[in-house]
Formats: sequence, C-alpha cells, structure tokens
Amino acid sequence: MLQDKDRIFTNLYGVHDPLLAGARTRGDWDGTAAILARGRDAIVDEMKKSGLRGRGGAGFPTGLKWSFMPKQSERPCYLVVNADESEPGTCKDRDILRHDPHKLVEGCLVAGFAMGACAAYIYVRGEFYNEGRMLQAAVDEAYAAGLIGKNACGSGYDYDVFVHRGAGAYICGEETALIESLEGKKGMPRMKPPFPAGVGLYGCPSTVNNVESIAVAPTILRRGADWFLSLGRPNNSGQKLFCISGHVNKPCNVEEELGIPLRELIERYAGGVRGGWDNLLAIIPGGASVRLIPKSICDDILMDFDSLRNVRSGLGTAAVIVMDKSTDLIAAIARLSKFYMHESCGQCTPCREGTGWMWRVMTRMTEGRATIQEIDTLEQVTRQVEGHTICALGDAAAWPIQGLIAHFRPMMEERISAYKARISSPSRMAAE
Amino acid sequence: MLSPTQVAQPVSFSFDTESEAELTMLIARYPAGKQASAVIPGLYVVQNQMKRHTGSAWVPVKGMDVLAEKLGMAPIRVYEVATFYYMFNMAPIGKYHLQLCTTTPCWLRGSDEIVAACRVATGIKGWKETSADGMFTMTEVECVGACVNAPILQVDDDFYEDMNGERTTALLAALRRGETPKMGSTIGRQTSAPEGGPTTLLFAPEA
Repeated sequence: MLQDKDRIFTNLYGVHDPLLAGARTRGDWDGTAAILARGRDAIVDEMKKSGLRGRGGAGFPTGLKWSFMPKQSERPCYLVVNADESEPGTCKDRDILRHDPHKLVEGCLVAGFAMGACAAYIYVRGEFYNEGRMLQAAVDEAYAAGLIGKNACGSGYDYDVFVHRGAGAYICGEETALIESLEGKKGMPRMKPPFPAGVGLYGCPSTVNNVESIAVAPTILRRGADWFLSLGRPNNSGQKLFCISGHVNKPCNVEEELGIPLRELIERYAGGVRGGWDNLLAIIPGGASVRLIPKSICDDILMDFDSLRNVRSGLGTAAVIVMDKSTDLIAAIARLSKFYMHESCGQCTPCREGTGWMWRVMTRMTEGRATIQEIDTLEQVTRQVEGHTICALGDAAAWPIQGLIAHFRPMMEERISAYKARISSPSRMAAE
Repeated sequence: MLSPTQVAQPVSFSFDTESEAELTMLIARYPAGKQASAVIPGLYVVQNQMKRHTGSAWVPVKGMDVLAEKLGMAPIRVYEVATFYYMFNMAPIGKYHLQLCTTTPCWLRGSDEIVAACRVATGIKGWKETSADGMFTMTEVECVGACVNAPILQVDDDFYEDMNGERTTALLAALRRGETPKMGSTIGRQTSAPEGGPTTLLFAPEA
C-alpha cells in the first residue's frame, strides 16, 4: 500500500492551493535548474532507468520514447501533451489539470529540454473548459516567475508552453489525430511510419505524451529512479492514478502502487462493491477500450500492465468501471459500441462501417432479437475490424464485444432464447 | 441537428473588439505561417461572440468565412473542421446548453434518470432540440471525463456532478430563475475524493 509520503499528486483532491504558491510548498519547481543542468542524456537515462511506462493507455516506456527524438535537428522539435482525456471511465488528467497544474508545466519543461524541444503544446479536451483555464493560469504564473519562457529557470534554455483547446472528439486522443487537430484539421489519424519523432507537428520531430506521464517526471528526477523502481512490481514500476467508477459505494480517484490487487483497490478506497464483493458481476479494468473481466478473475488479479495483459485485458488508463449483478451487461457493452460509432472519424472503412454494424447488432442482442449463430458472426466481424484500421479505435471498438462474448456468451444465448420464447416465431436474420 | 443550409443565417459577421483581441492572442501561440492551428480556438471565438450578441452560442456560415479569411484558409477547410468537432453548434441553441453524458459509466450511475428529469422540466422530446421558451437545448454527449462523479450534467462549460433526478429538476428551476448554482459535486463531495472525505493525503501540507 502506497504511503502518503510516496504520493506524487499531493493535491489530487484540490484541498490546497493549486497555483504557484501552493505548488511550491508541495515541492514543485524545486531545483528545476539543477535537473536541467544534468543534461539531456542524463535525464533520459534516469527516466529509462525508472521504468516509467506511458500512463495514457499503451504503456510504452516513456524514457525510451523520449530517446527517439533526434540529437541534432535543423527543424524545431516539439513536445505535445495529450490532455484530450476522453476514454470512458477515465478522469485522472482532469485532476492534474485543475489541482496540480504546475506538476504538468514543470514536466513540460523538463521533458521538452530532455528531447531538445523548443515548445510544448498541451492539447486539452474542449469539455475541460474550467480545467483548461486553471492550467492557463498556471502557465501564465510560470512565465511571470521566469520558470518558463526565455532563459527558463535561469538555465539559459528558452522554452514555451502553450495551451490548446480541442472541441469534442475522442479520436484526437490518438497521437497522430491530435497532431492533425493541432495543425487545424479534422482529427484523422495518420499512417505510421513516419512516426511523430521523425515527422510530427508541422512536419517536425515531435513526441506526444500523456498528461500523467509528463506530470510525474519532475518528481521521479528529484527523488531518483531507484525510488520509483521501489514502488510497484518488476516491469510495472511506480504509482498510478486509478479512477474507480460505476457500482461501488464511494466512487473516487486515488493514487496507488501499480500491482495493487483489484479487490483491495476497490474495498480500501471506493467503499467496496455495492451490495458486497459477491454482488460483483464484471469489471472493465482500464477504460472502455479493454476487455472486461468477470468476477472470477477480479478476485485475485493485480492491477498492472502485465498481469492484466495475461488475462487478455489491459491496464489502459487504469479506469476501473465496476458493474454489479443488477447490470444489464449486454446493454452496457452496447452503449460502448454506440460510443465508438459516434467517435469513429470515418477514415477507414472497417471502422466506419463496422462500428455502426456492431452497435446495431449489439442493440438487437440487448433485446435478444437475434439468433445464436449471430453471436459467432458478431465475433467474426470484430476480428475483421481489429487490426485493419490506421489507428487503434477499430481495435478499441472490437475488444469490449470480444470480452463480452468470451466471458458471458451463455448470458447472450439465454437472452436470445428468452426472446424467442416470448415471441414464439422464428427471428429473421436481418441484413444489417 | 439542422445543417447550415436549413438555418436562417445572418447576412454578415464581423469580429468585435473583444474577439479581435482574443484572436490576436490565440494566433500568437503558433509559429509564423501556421496560423491555421488557431482554427478550433477561433471557432470558439465566433461561437462566444454569437452568444454575447444574440444570446445563442452557435457558428454561422458568415462567421466561418470571416475566420477563414483571418487565418488565410479556404472556407471549406474551416467548414469541415467546424462540422467534424462536436462542440460547435451549426444552428442556434437555447440560452442554456444541457449536455447529458449517457456513456456507460454515467449510465451505470443513473443517467437515464437525469435525461428523464430534463425532458419533464423542459418539454424537449428529442436530442439537439430546443425548448419552446428558448431556454434550453438538450444534447446527448459521449463521456465528458468526470466518471467518478457520475452522472454528469454539463451546462454550457460547467459540470454538475453526482446528479440525480431531483437535483436535476432543482438545477433547471434555478437556471430558469436566472441563478447560476455552484458547479461541481451536488452532494458536497470534495471533487473526486470519496464521499465522506479523503481517505488518503490526510497530512497537513508542509509549510
């Protein structure tokens, strides 16, 4: 269990002053110039050593990502911070933006310096209007205090931080779609390669990182990689913000070590599952895009990247969506299918057409107005969408349905039989 | 949702001094020659100016044309951005924009009840429709990113959290009276902390 002294986000709930005076009492901007004086390579090496894996969902090692940036570049380089937090279930970056914005601003400077960037653009989702204003206030304060801008922190390094407001598109959380959007276009993902580290924002070398990944960097550099490695589990080091929503007694955000048992996380912090642990049906452990896990797995699963991958789910953004036995699970997943249909950018045919098709079939499955064989058809279609699109939205739309079929197929069959019994006429196989 | 061609469009649009100042500040954030990056922030400027001048936050075609000229973009590039992103209203809306999150985390916590309460209080039957008195427009939105405080009712830019039917009805009544109730948790929670108060971070901040 994580001790308060090892927590990074000490103003997670906004009890204290989020702005500069308060942030300084929490240790932000302490010795930033000395961190920069270590040099680019030393910072990247320390981050690599810490084992920090990206907190936006994919879990790619952050230090390694930074090292992909060119050592020398004729063109300007950019750090782009992904604050387009839209993964259903996830609301951790929101708390960083509104309660601990200086951790992010300081992280932008340190990370940007380590990758030779001249500026950071922080892309904040449009709905986070008030959060964006708090972040902007923090940026303005940091400029006024000489912490960023010309000769940032007296280091001789010039560095700008800009806040950019998005306008309501989940797809812009995909890194290349975010870059497109930042350039003033529709948020349609680009083919990779080239990767952003070669050709990113304005065609220049760029790195896109999640808010939480950037915001924890200054603390890791201050306290050392060994401290961070001492938390969590091998290959899953450190702490993480967890968002516990759905059918728990006290939904909340909390910072804990990676590798905490899921059951402990829910019972210690979120007041337990509504109606007790035995009333649990299933949990989506990492935001809408990962496969759900039934109670039998929830009983002893650990919350880290590798443990969840081993049960064919994922840590994702660590957004734990809890569903008790009163839940119509098929309807819950159908609603996610509707989400992906709404948010598909429409660029790739399998996703544009597939998300709508899957939602329509899922809607019928909710009623039971389908045939048993259609469950197999649905499963096959998810396989045809998965991996056949430019970005991962197609995969994300497929996985929740695959998880449902894998773990709750009997429930779907039962629903279909019940509908048949009610209607007592053969159901038609519609050409959706 | 009406398309721009189905809406009575103003015959002209020009930025007022407040909008001009804001645009100058926004454009300065991007490198020279990359001012197209300011298109999304610029569309908010258009939408907010319409709100100030007409009481309805929306983006008319003329506004997009003027913005396109300002940013050196072809008008079609601005149109396609404005219609791609969900937060730009291509037709006039009511005084208050009720944005109801119904995605799974909010749905699990009872967003259906919020929708029903809004329908009763406003008389609005569908989505993206405005009440007869012009006070409210109801829009179904996807996850707004405050799931541990679900269900959420977003009014314009503010989140009202931990909602239920009763508090929704009270909120709408207060808005009708011209009040602006405090945003955030409606059950007195400390932001995203568990109900009853934080169970971590209990030490006093270091001096």
